[in-house]
Amino acid sequence: MRAMVYRGPYKIRVEEKDRPRIEHPNDAIVRVTRAAICGSDLHLYHGLMPDTRIGHTFGHEFVGVVDEVGPTVQNVQVGDRVMVPFNIFCGSCWYCARGLYSNCHNVNPNATAVGGIYGYSHTCGGYDGGQAEFVRVPLADVGPAKIPDWMDDDDAVLLTDALATGYFGAQLGDIAEGDVVVVFGAGPVGLYAALSSWLMGAGRVIVVDHLDYRLEKARTFAHAETLNFTEVGDVVLHLKRDTGFLGADVVVDAVGAEADGNFLQHVTTAKLKLQGGSPVALNWAIDSVRKGGTISVVGAYGPLFSAVKFGDAMNKGLTLRMNQCPVKRQWPRLFEHVRQGYIKPADIVTHRVPLEHIAEAYHMFSTKLDDCIKTLVLPSAA
Amino acid sequence: MTYTPDKPPLKESLDELRARIPGWGADLDPKDRPSDPKLEFRTDLSGAHWRFPDRQPDDDRRERSVEHQFLTPVYGTTCPRRGLSGAVRGLAYRYSEGRAAHWLLLMLGDRIDAGENHVRSFATLRPDNPVTETGVLGEFSRHPVRSRFGRGRADLAHQWLDPVVVAGPWVAAGALAVKGGRSLVRNRAALAAAGAGAARAVGRLAGRVRRRTSISGEIRAGSR
Repeated sequence: MRAMVYRGPYKIRVEEKDRPRIEHPNDAIVRVTRAAICGSDLHLYHGLMPDTRIGHTFGHEFVGVVDEVGPTVQNVQVGDRVMVPFNIFCGSCWYCARGLYSNCHNVNPNATAVGGIYGYSHTCGGYDGGQAEFVRVPLADVGPAKIPDWMDDDDAVLLTDALATGYFGAQLGDIAEGDVVVVFGAGPVGLYAALSSWLMGAGRVIVVDHLDYRLEKARTFAHAETLNFTEVGDVVLHLKRDTGFLGADVVVDAVGAEADGNFLQHVTTAKLKLQGGSPVALNWAIDSVRKGGTISVVGAYGPLFSAVKFGDAMNKGLTLRMNQCPVKRQWPRLFEHVRQGYIKPADIVTHRVPLEHIAEAYHMFSTKLDDCIKTLVLPSAA
Repeated sequence: MTYTPDKPPLKESLDELRARIPGWGADLDPKDRPSDPKLEFRTDLSGAHWRFPDRQPDDDRRERSVEHQFLTPVYGTTCPRRGLSGAVRGLAYRYSEGRAAHWLLLMLGDRIDAGENHVRSFATLRPDNPVTETGVLGEFSRHPVRSRFGRGRADLAHQWLDPVVVAGPWVAAGALAVKGGRSLVRNRAALAAAGAGAARAVGRLAGRVRRRTSISGEIRAGSR
């Protein structure tokens, strides 16, 4: 089969790979019909995530058709159209029994600090991802769900991570009616977090970024106010002034490891790999939220240390909430919102590329060319 | 207003927001939020029909975190460890995730893995091609100038470093190879010169020995 493979930092290509096979009695093999490139794939692409091996296939956002099932699979059948959450989880360990599917303890032998994720290095379990014609889906009775007949594949693939994560990020903020919410990052997760904040009753939503075309999307898609941090000298001071010197009630960090805004922080992280993440957005969040406020972190950071201003967080009495999103837990409610038309997931898709051109797509997304926000990948077998 | 008990006023009333934004307040009640409460014990939701999943066949070579009691019942099988990078990664997994050595060794293993595979690729029919694999050819059809300039992008301050990160190891490896080659050639020439010099010296010494032998032979013959 054809599959994207990692060849080292900033280098990927498409090559022939063995079709995945059933390795566990509850495995399924899914023929991928849509995959997406996630902002967190760029951390792998840039060589930031420890134990990312040459030959690994990325891709944790994908949907497809069940092509083969293992002997104990009961809940999906060959031919089913399925959407697959980016988390691999068992559904029965201490964490899964309490709804923390993203923290499953039974699927990632390489680390206990993170659960299993498709196509996201050996630190996340060493599973190949869905930027390929076929993918192995372990524990098929708990992960994948049949795509509702009324739902389009483009919408479904965005529910496998980006939309669920943005919605989860807004929830972690514990938003109360009339709260002022600041979202750092106008990428897909930030856009969905901003839109979801309104569903939870926010009184103001302000999205911060430096890319003008993404801020335009935040205004039109997420109905938010926007702030381009390159146009103000001090983003924290600006936000304080804009909120009557109180600060935001809730701040969502939807940026993660490769935040811009501070050259030194970015270079020591993204180029020199000396930090697990550039904490620019996180530090801005700590400083711009009001005392006693809540910070929600859904941007992805690596496991190495980062220079976070923890003293300010402590002195301000902040609540910091964060996790990888337990995707499947979000789906029933999100299906309702999509069906009601409150959220139109595919409205943020800007590019669709064949799998064979995925190297150019990664470069475009990494360097933010052509006003790229979200790219879908179409495998040739789809 | 911050210095008093009152909250700063909003720009729009809640009624205005409800009218302007589809679905505003649909999840206002925390009970409608799927991740509230954070921990909710339910065993009937996930679809699992086991208390502990069947075990994937055990693989003794499969590395695992020392913070796990055993190899997890399900695991990924792509890209098993091999070569020097595999040895470094194996060493990393002797340390717990709480130790910097664990993560730093894994990062070192990643860099070695890239080097090993680049070299290995040159022995295949499809050697690594940094031009196609970096996707830079996509620049031409993606408005490289309009996308970057005149828009106040903060990332332009460091984007110029990307080619250095990508090409740097190739240039360094090339320079090392050239230097190594030159040094080899120089050493060969030096060896050859040294060999010739040594041969000449040995020849001279042998000549002297022969002459002395013949003189001493003549003296001995004369003394008879």
